[in-house]
Amino acid sequence: MNMKSRIALATLFVATTVACQAAGTITVKGSDTLVILAQKWAEVYMGKHPEVKIQVTGGGTGTGFAALQNKTTDLCNASRKIKAKEIATCVAAFNGAKPTEYKVAVDGLSIYVSVENPVKELSLEQLEGIFTGKIKNWKELGGNDAPITLYSRENSSGTYEFFKEHVLNGKDFASSAQTMPGTAAVLQAVAKDKNGIGYGGAAYGAGAKHLPIKPSANEPAIEPTEENVLGQKYPIWRYLYVYVNPALDKGEIAAYLNWIRGDEGQKLVKEVGYFPLPAQWRQK
Amino acid sequence: MQPQGKRPIGWMGIHRGHRAHPFEWLAEKAIFLVSLSAILMVLLIFVFVAREAIPVMFGRMDSALIQPIIPPDETDMHPPEKIREYLGLTKQQFTAMDKDIIRTLMEVKVDAQNEIPPSFRTDPDAKLNTTEWRYLLQPYQWTGYEKPAYIWQPVGQIHKYNIVPLFVGTLKTTAVGLLFAVPLAIGAAIYVSQLARPRAREIIKPTIELLSGIPSVVVGFFALLVMATFLQSIFGYQTRLNAFVAGIALSFAVIPIVFSIAEDALTSVPRSYTQAALALGASRWQTAWQIILPAALPGVFAAIVLGFGRAIGETMIILMVTSASEMSWSLFSGARSITATIAAEMGEVVRGGHHYRMLFLLGALLFAATFVTNMVAEIIMLRFKRRLEGKR
Amino acid sequence: MNSPALSSRHFRATKFDFGSFFFTGLTGLATLCILGILAVILFNIVAAGLPAISWRFISTIPKKDFFEPATTGVLPMILGTSIRVIVMTLFVIPIGVITAIYLTEYAPNLSPVTRVIRAAVNNLAGVPSIVFGLFGVGFFINFIGQGMDRALGHESVVWGQPALLWASLTLAVMTLPVVIVATEESLKAIPMGLREGSLALGATKLQTILRVVLPQALPGIMTGGILAISRAAGEVAPILLTGVAYYMADLPTKLSDQFMDLGYHVFVLSTQSPDIEKTRPITFATVLVLLVLTFALNFVAIIIRARVRKKLRALG
Repeated sequence: MNMKSRIALATLFVATTVACQAAGTITVKGSDTLVILAQKWAEVYMGKHPEVKIQVTGGGTGTGFAALQNKTTDLCNASRKIKAKEIATCVAAFNGAKPTEYKVAVDGLSIYVSVENPVKELSLEQLEGIFTGKIKNWKELGGNDAPITLYSRENSSGTYEFFKEHVLNGKDFASSAQTMPGTAAVLQAVAKDKNGIGYGGAAYGAGAKHLPIKPSANEPAIEPTEENVLGQKYPIWRYLYVYVNPALDKGEIAAYLNWIRGDEGQKLVKEVGYFPLPAQWRQK
Repeated sequence: MQPQGKRPIGWMGIHRGHRAHPFEWLAEKAIFLVSLSAILMVLLIFVFVAREAIPVMFGRMDSALIQPIIPPDETDMHPPEKIREYLGLTKQQFTAMDKDIIRTLMEVKVDAQNEIPPSFRTDPDAKLNTTEWRYLLQPYQWTGYEKPAYIWQPVGQIHKYNIVPLFVGTLKTTAVGLLFAVPLAIGAAIYVSQLARPRAREIIKPTIELLSGIPSVVVGFFALLVMATFLQSIFGYQTRLNAFVAGIALSFAVIPIVFSIAEDALTSVPRSYTQAALALGASRWQTAWQIILPAALPGVFAAIVLGFGRAIGETMIILMVTSASEMSWSLFSGARSITATIAAEMGEVVRGGHHYRMLFLLGALLFAATFVTNMVAEIIMLRFKRRLEGKR
Repeated sequence: MNSPALSSRHFRATKFDFGSFFFTGLTGLATLCILGILAVILFNIVAAGLPAISWRFISTIPKKDFFEPATTGVLPMILGTSIRVIVMTLFVIPIGVITAIYLTEYAPNLSPVTRVIRAAVNNLAGVPSIVFGLFGVGFFINFIGQGMDRALGHESVVWGQPALLWASLTLAVMTLPVVIVATEESLKAIPMGLREGSLALGATKLQTILRVVLPQALPGIMTGGILAISRAAGEVAPILLTGVAYYMADLPTKLSDQFMDLGYHVFVLSTQSPDIEKTRPITFATVLVLLVLTFALNFVAIIIRARVRKKLRALG
C-alpha cells in the first residue's frame, strides 16, 4: 500500500471514531474472583436480550473501584466490601451520591493443601499463625517435618484483603508468602508442592485438598460445602458484591442487575461453583 | 555525510546553482522537527512518569492511618481552604460541590476512622507517615515483628512501602539472568563468527535470532508450566518459583540480544587482523581469543549492556514466575522485581493515592537507572572506540 | 576461513592443537546449548499445542466460557492483536522513516543536536516495557485523552480511558527505535553514486531523497516495519494498563474500544484458569498461534533482508 492510501485509511479510521459513542453497552470491571461468573452472566443475558452488549474485564477488586470512581465502568464487581476511602472518592465523583451496593453471590474461602499432606484439619488460630509466619513447620500441626510454603494472592485481590482482615485479623502476611496472580495459580502451586498451603474461592475445585476448618480450638471442624457456607457455619465466607453509581441504576443496567439477583442469574452461580444468595437477598 | 568539524558548505561539497524551492526548504525544516520526536518522547516519558511521583518524592503525601479528624458539625468553623485540603480535593472539584456533598464527605471521613479495628487505634505505627524516605529505604520494626525488617506490603491498614526488597529482587533475577546468558551468548558468538564453517554460520545465526522472536509472555508461560517443576526436581529446593528459575527464564530473553550484537561486532573486525595473525603462525583459537575479541570489545561490551538493560526491564517473565517480595539474598527464595510489582499492583490502586504514586516513583527510578546505564555505556564505548582508532 | 595461511598448519609438526580444540569445543557447546533451549521450547509448545488447534479454534468468538476446550476460540484475540499492530504501524513508520532520513541525509555528523537525537533513540530502545505502560497511562490516557474529552465536550468518558488508540500509540513509541535503526541501515547501504548521479542530473536534494533513495530503501523500511510489528505483537506489559480487556462480547469497532489480545490471553490462561490441567491444551494452542504469527513475520523480514543485501552487494 503506498503512502497516499495509507493516509486515507488512517483518516477514515480516525473520522469514524470521533463520532458520538453509541449507547447500549454495559461495562463491567473488577474482581477476578467474579470474572468467570460475570462472563457467564453476560453471555446468557446477551443471548436473551440481543440488543444489549456487555463487556467484562477483570483486574482485581481495586481496579473495579478505581474504574467506578473514574466513571470508566458502569458496574464494579467486588469480592470485598467497599472501603470508606473509596466511598469518599465515589461521592466526590458522583456529585454527592454514595455508590449502591448489591449482594450477588456467596463465596466460601477454602484452604488448599496438597493431597499428599497428612494434616486433616486446622483451626482459625492456627491459620493466622501459619500465614503470618509464626508457625513455620508442618510438624507443629501434626504433619510431616517439613517447612511450610505459603501461597497467597496479589495485593490487588479482594480475596487477599478479605483473608488479611478476617483470618489474619489485620496482621501482615509473612514476607516469604508467594504472591500468585490468580486463585488458579495458587491451586496449581499447591497441587505441585506437597508442603504448600494456600487459600482461594471454593469454586476452584480440582487438584488439591480443601481442609475443614475449626472456628475455634474446641469446636468441630467444618467442611466448605454449600450447606455449611450458606448456613454460616463454615467460618470463612463472604458475600460477593456489585457496586453501581446510583445515577446509572436505571433502564438497562437496573434490569441486568435485577436479572443477576433473580432466580435465573442465581442458577448460573451454582454452575460456576459459588453459592447462590439465600432467598432474603434475592430480587423477586 | 558532512565534512567533519567544518561549517557545512553544501552537501558533498556540491553547491547548488540555484536557490532551493521554498517548499523544499519548508519540507526540510519539517523533517528536522519530526526527527526531534525521539528526544521529545524521552523527555515526555520522564516528565509524565515523574510528575505522578513528585508528591511522594518530596514527602508531600501523608499515608498515616490515623489523621486528625474535623467533625462534620464544625465544617463552618474552619476556613474553606483547610477543609479542601483535609478532604484531598482539587480547587476545581471543591468549588463545584455544594454544602450537602461536603457534609457527606466529612461524614464518610468520620466513618473511615470508625472502621479502623480497635487493635489498630492504639498501634503506634498508625500515626506514622509511611511514605517518608526513612521508611522507604531503612528497615523498621513494625508492630508484631521481632526485629527491624524491610517490608513491602502496601495493602492493609498500615501501608508498608519499603522498596529495598524490590531492588534486591530485581538485582537477583538480573544477576542470574546475565550470569547464565552472557557466557553462553558470547561463546556462541565467537563460535559462529570465527570458528564455524560459513555454511553453518548462515543456518545458525538466523536460528538463534529466532529465539528473540519468542514473546516474553511465552517464555514466562513456558517457565511457569514446564521449567519450574523440572528444575525443582533436579535441584530440590523448597520454593518452586524463585529467583533462580526467573533468572534462567530471563536469560532466554537476553541471549538473542547479546548474541546478535556481539556476533555483528566480531564479524565487523577487518579480515586483515585475522589474516595477519594466522600468517604469523597463531592458531585459530589464539587468533579469536587474543586478537579478534579485544578488537571487538566495544561492540561486545555494548551487547552486554543492552542485555543488562533488557534484563532489568523485563516484566512479563518475572510477573509470571516469581512472587514473594522477600528481603533475602538467597537465590532460591522468592523475589519480586520492580517491573513485576508495577505491573501487578497498578490495577488495584486508587488514582492519585499514595500507592499509585509509589508505583510511579518506582517507575521513575527504574527509568532513571536505565537512562544512566545507557549513558555510561555510550561514554565507555566512545572511549574504547577512540582508543582503538588512536592506536592505528 | 579458508585462507591459505590456515592450511599452512599442515606443514608444521603434526602436534595436536589442544587449545583450539578445547576452545572450539567450548564455544561450540555454548552454541549447541542455545540451540537446544530453542528446540526444547518449540518442541514442547508444538507437541502440546498442535493437537488442540483446529479451524474452529482460530475462527470462533468464544461464547460462554473460554476455559472450556470444546467451545473456546481465539478469533477476537487474533483480530485485536492485528488491529492494534496495524494502527501502530500507521504511526510509527512515517515518524521513524522521517527521523532516519534526517539522521542519514541531513544531519551534520558531530553537531550536538544529532548526538542528542542518537542518544535519545538509544535510550528509547532501552526503556523497560512497563515504564511505557505507565507513560501510556500518565500521558496518553490522563493528559491527552481527558483533554480530548474536555475539548470535544463529552459528558461521559470516551477517550480518557484505556482504548485501542492509546495502546497503539504507546507501542508506536516503544518500537520507534527499531524502525529508525532499520531504516538508517538501509539508507546507509545505498551507494553514494546513486545520489551523486541524481544530483548531477539536476535534481534537488529533496527530490533525490524522495524519488531515488527512498524507493531503493523501501525493502529495508519494510524490514524495519515488520520487525517492529513482530516485536509489538508479542508485548503484553505496555497494553496491560492502556487498553486490553479480559473479555469482550464483540470485536472492537472503534479506536476508543478496548480489545482482546493473544499475549494477554496466554497470560490469563496460565494464571486464571480454574482447572489448569483441563485448559493446558488450549493454553499451548494459543501460544502456538501467537508464535506462528510472530515467526512468520520474522521470517518474512529475514528473507527480505537477505535479498536486499544480495541486491545491494551487486550494485556497489
